[in-house]
Amino acid sequence: MKFKSTLVAAMTLAFAATAAHAQINVGVTLSATGPAASLGIPERNTVDLMPKEIGGQKINYIVLDDASDTTSAVKNIRKLVSEDKVDVVLGSTTSPNSLAMIDVAAESKTPMISWAASSRIVEPVDEKRHWVFKTPQNDAQMSTAIIEHMTNNNIKNVAFIGFADAYGEGWYEQFKGVAEARGIKIVANERFNRTDTSVTGQVLKMMAARPDAMFSAGSGTPAALPQKALKERGWTGKVYQTHGVANNDFLRVCGADCEGTFLPAGPVLVAAQLPDGNPVKASALTYIDAYEAAHGKGSVSTFGAHAWDSGVLLNAAVPVALKSAKPGTPEFRAALREALENVKETPGAHGVFNMSPTDHLGFDQRSRVMVQISNGAWKLVE
Amino acid sequence: MDFQIALILGQDGITNGAIYALLALALVLVFAVTRVIFIPQGEFVAYGALTLAMVGNGVLPATVWLLLGAGVVVAVLDGMAALRAGQSKRLIAIMAVNLAYPLALLGLLKAMPLAELALALQVLVALLIVVPLGPMMYRIVYQPIAEAPVLVLLIVSVAAHLAMVGLGLLFFGAEGYRTPAFSDARFEVGPMTVTGQTVWVVMSSLVLIVALALFFGRTIYGKALRATAINRNGARLMGISPALAGKLTFFLAALIGTLSGVLISPITTIYYDSGFLIGLKGFVAAIIGGLASYPIAAGGAILVGLLEAFSSFWASAYKEVIVFTLIIPVLVWRSLTSHHMEEEE
Repeated sequence: MKFKSTLVAAMTLAFAATAAHAQINVGVTLSATGPAASLGIPERNTVDLMPKEIGGQKINYIVLDDASDTTSAVKNIRKLVSEDKVDVVLGSTTSPNSLAMIDVAAESKTPMISWAASSRIVEPVDEKRHWVFKTPQNDAQMSTAIIEHMTNNNIKNVAFIGFADAYGEGWYEQFKGVAEARGIKIVANERFNRTDTSVTGQVLKMMAARPDAMFSAGSGTPAALPQKALKERGWTGKVYQTHGVANNDFLRVCGADCEGTFLPAGPVLVAAQLPDGNPVKASALTYIDAYEAAHGKGSVSTFGAHAWDSGVLLNAAVPVALKSAKPGTPEFRAALREALENVKETPGAHGVFNMSPTDHLGFDQRSRVMVQISNGAWKLVE
Repeated sequence: MDFQIALILGQDGITNGAIYALLALALVLVFAVTRVIFIPQGEFVAYGALTLAMVGNGVLPATVWLLLGAGVVVAVLDGMAALRAGQSKRLIAIMAVNLAYPLALLGLLKAMPLAELALALQVLVALLIVVPLGPMMYRIVYQPIAEAPVLVLLIVSVAAHLAMVGLGLLFFGAEGYRTPAFSDARFEVGPMTVTGQTVWVVMSSLVLIVALALFFGRTIYGKALRATAINRNGARLMGISPALAGKLTFFLAALIGTLSGVLISPITTIYYDSGFLIGLKGFVAAIIGGLASYPIAAGGAILVGLLEAFSSFWASAYKEVIVFTLIIPVLVWRSLTSHHMEEEE
């Protein structure tokens, strides 16, 4: 009998404890395995560094791996919203996964912050995308940076090579639109696969078109392949890459063959070189210091910083939402969405967020810089 | 397209084709002897290349732990079987091969300054680590179901492939590696430049093919494998152990895969999952040879390599489509010309 009453007392206490310390549940789905693993792994590492407590509420992260697979991403978000009753969903790593998750986020009225690049994740802000935000820069912002640099350097003809998938195709469309308006001609348009062992054919064709510069739209270390092949065939002109290559593994794999390459990138890549007045400098360095303290010097990547920025957004929005509702309720989720939409002048690692009902990314020119590979390191181009 | 471009593309195609030819030979060999469609063949390419890259970076390659783990499993399986058969004397030999060898290798690797070894020694280290995984894999995965239908063996192959890819991500991480070239030499042959690495790839493939031909034609083990390939039951009646034939076949397949990986990794960046597609192109070549003929498979591999090189010039976006579509006319042609025989189960 005594045992029974102790048990009851203990259980009552336990329930009382949960009620008093209602926590905020944050569901995360990311691609820690599969083709996007090189992006997903730093993101997963970053989640461990994100705020554990905001506005006096404990934050509980529930992290699931979707293996870079769209079906699994949808399954994960369904599980997060229905079983774990999360207050907000973060992720996923890739654009196809994030696009597929929008429906579930809208249906369950759960705010979602994506870490993927495609502008279609948040544009246009319609009934469904009402619930969706994202932290990475749009490709359009990055491609205008490249084209600006090209026009300033008097480049008229460009040969393009991109991944034979949505990434390369998306960049081609994006780039073509702006380039033609600025009088830059695309003289060759080639494709290659991430897993290709040779791009000699494409490179020969691009060089035969006699362009002023080459532009390679690939992400991660596979994007080194065309550049190595160009070097092998004696190309000495300018080469542009996208921000998809902005990690240190690309430098390691491409080595001296990528010397002099230009690319647009988030300011976090060259945070230490930013002028002191830059509003992003301090917040980007905070992230770099936190990540490198946990994972060693030189381990930081720009992809993890997109995850970090979702933590920055939550840090700004959660205290506002807590004023009007309690975590775990539909009212809280609505209030959190409202608060996210009103985040103003908040510096993250990749730029300064100014959200609005029509802009669920909120980045301006401060979210990108031009970078050149110089002596095997990233160098800010003034 | 002018003549010079055609020459460069041809050279490129033959280099890749030589690698596909090696893999096609391994696939034909494994299928002929054990009826296994060896999907994990490509994983040995990736494991070989990445183990070499780890050794080159002075890191203890994680594959050595896999070797140790697989060795423990094989030792337990074989040890139990030996005890049950009352052959406790064999225990020592089993322990020596499956436990002492990985442990000795591990000790040796820890003691050696890996990054400072000559490239040839690094390659040898990579071979010593990865190649024994082949026969161990046969013992663990395929030997218990050696008599199962081809379809079951195929499904098990898919499982083994997925397991190896997953382990590869765990061992090597998501990023790719390149290893230094065997030779930086360049030769001017008429109007074109041939790189030293291309010569290495083509010559090694030729040497390996000749060595295999000699092995099958001149040695008792080679003849035993051929006998098993022609008639499994007949070979068994002649005293050829199917388990030994299987292990030997997988040893050769792993050797060929690992060597291919070592040869190709200076040419392109290899990722933990790169092996599959390379192996698949070898498979297309093996299919051209009907999974039976070595010379046709090797010729098919060169064809795949050339087709890949030229289609990447003309229609780069459709390169893979063109290469893999090749399999359809080949299958049609084969089914029209060959007499179909039901497999005896």
